[in-house]
Amino acid sequence: MRHGKYRFIAGFLALPLAIYAIFVISPFVQAFQLAMTDWSGLAGKATYIGFKNYDKLVHSDEFWNALKHNVVMLVLVPIVTLALGLFFAYMLNVGGRARRGAVITGVRGARFYKFVFFFPQVISITIISVIWFNIYNPDPSDGMLNSLLGAVGLDSLQSAWLGEKSLALACIMVVMVWANVGFYVVLFSAAMASIPREIYEASLLDGAGRAQTFFRITLPLLWDTVQTGWVYMGIIAMDAFALVQIMSVNMGGPDGATDVVPLRLYQTAFRDSQFGYASAMGVAMLVVTLLFAVLTMRFARRERIEF
Amino acid sequence: MTTKAGAAPVAEEVPEKGRGAGRGRTEGGVLNVFSHGILLAWALMVGLPLLWVLWSSFKSSGDILGSPWSLPRSLHFENWAHAWDRANIGRYFLNTVVVVGASVIGTMTLGSMAGYVLARFSFPGNRFIYYLFVAGMSFPVFMLVIPLFFVLRDFPGTRLLATYPGLILVYIAFSLPFTVFFMTAFFRTLPASVAEAAMIDGASHSRVFFQVMLPMAKPGLISIGIFNFLGQWNQYLLPMVLNQREDRYVLTQGLAELALQQGYQGDWGGLMAGMVIAMLPVLIVYVIFQRQVQAGLTAGALK
Repeated sequence: MRHGKYRFIAGFLALPLAIYAIFVISPFVQAFQLAMTDWSGLAGKATYIGFKNYDKLVHSDEFWNALKHNVVMLVLVPIVTLALGLFFAYMLNVGGRARRGAVITGVRGARFYKFVFFFPQVISITIISVIWFNIYNPDPSDGMLNSLLGAVGLDSLQSAWLGEKSLALACIMVVMVWANVGFYVVLFSAAMASIPREIYEASLLDGAGRAQTFFRITLPLLWDTVQTGWVYMGIIAMDAFALVQIMSVNMGGPDGATDVVPLRLYQTAFRDSQFGYASAMGVAMLVVTLLFAVLTMRFARRERIEF
Repeated sequence: MTTKAGAAPVAEEVPEKGRGAGRGRTEGGVLNVFSHGILLAWALMVGLPLLWVLWSSFKSSGDILGSPWSLPRSLHFENWAHAWDRANIGRYFLNTVVVVGASVIGTMTLGSMAGYVLARFSFPGNRFIYYLFVAGMSFPVFMLVIPLFFVLRDFPGTRLLATYPGLILVYIAFSLPFTVFFMTAFFRTLPASVAEAAMIDGASHSRVFFQVMLPMAKPGLISIGIFNFLGQWNQYLLPMVLNQREDRYVLTQGLAELALQQGYQGDWGGLMAGMVIAMLPVLIVYVIFQRQVQAGLTAGALK
């Protein structure tokens, strides 16, 4: 019996563990080793150069430029996305007309709204990029956004969007927000639905308005979910690779205005064959991500409210 | 979702045929118009671009570019045919079906096997293996992808770079952390008594797993199966790096390639039709399993 149990355990764990170890754990460990070499991809030609890659990284303007854009995204994209997500979720769950005498109701068609809002989550980032590439098309009649602005007489707002150095990064961030708000609407809706109705009813009877109810009741009760959502969104903001690669002018342009660390890494490795240097960027990405997660957890921590 | 169920009528406030009383009506009414307005505006912002792809797939390339908002003048079905064979979307579609089909089945089988053992048996190293899997959720893919390229290129005995088996194994490996994490939690919630009864009746450990526990775990398997299907169907970075052979391309790669070529080839109609073809399977899954998809994708953040 005992013997059978251990044979069973080993039999069930062997294959998943082996695949995971070969294709995830071993690359993870190798990334640290590679970052200490000047490897250019030829077998047996890697020389140990210590921390030189990191040194080069710290003194690279290109890298800081890309990292700066990632950090701007890391700060702005989660704020806007989560705020919109919370706002829509609150509208869906609490914004409805008082119906059947109930004090708090959701709007009609909440299911439909959630279906549409969530949709960008299930389609590929490639498709999203191509769609927005056409929306931002700089031509005054070809571009969806520009021709729309022209049609309603706002020609003065027409712009080159992704071709405009000062706007390009914001344009990319808009797409990230657009694609991810639905996820948080669904997430926060589920969390709001688990807040007991009586709490809302009591607060309304006590004379609280909807805004007050939101800030004094809903938000504090959702804080844990908001915090997790923040970390998720930050990790997405560290990426932005496909969007920039497909949409931006000259991959990261104009003039480096939309460059991000993942794109730098990809090009350093697979265009310039500097695999050691690119690995150092990968390690830097891990550090930034972990730092972001730790800081979020540290500063967003509040006393947990049980309900 | 649960708003209606939770909205218990408050008896005193229901007049004979009114909907809510006094203050509730005015404030609710204004808020209702306001919230519907904003919600509709966002729904249009999200929905219109997606519908635009659909109706553009029937337009001529010149019209797509020249008058992006117009409806198709006549239905250009040839866009779809061109996308399928001339732009090779047909082949990319089949590649994707093969790779994602095998990966999802592999991920679910291996992930639930590992999850079951980790949830149900105590043995030395159980916690270590569990956290080893869970830690994988926080590794940036970009950091792994460079060494991974060489793991596949230099794999002893067989060629894995730009092959089906190579891509399938990588997809499985990258999907395991979340699958194991979720399935472990799921198997913990299932009652142990059923499995014990089956053991007493003489079933072996593996028979208990495949014939008793797996059927019981069906709701969890469906949520996470859908999660993995969507994630792998839409995967972009991994095939970009590990699958650089044109005849092995998956849909996301093929579409990106096609999009980058538009500058000089100009078959926008074919590109739009290709995007619709790539979206169809996910759309079908999403429409049928809306609730499970939303639950599955947000499960990670709620746990």
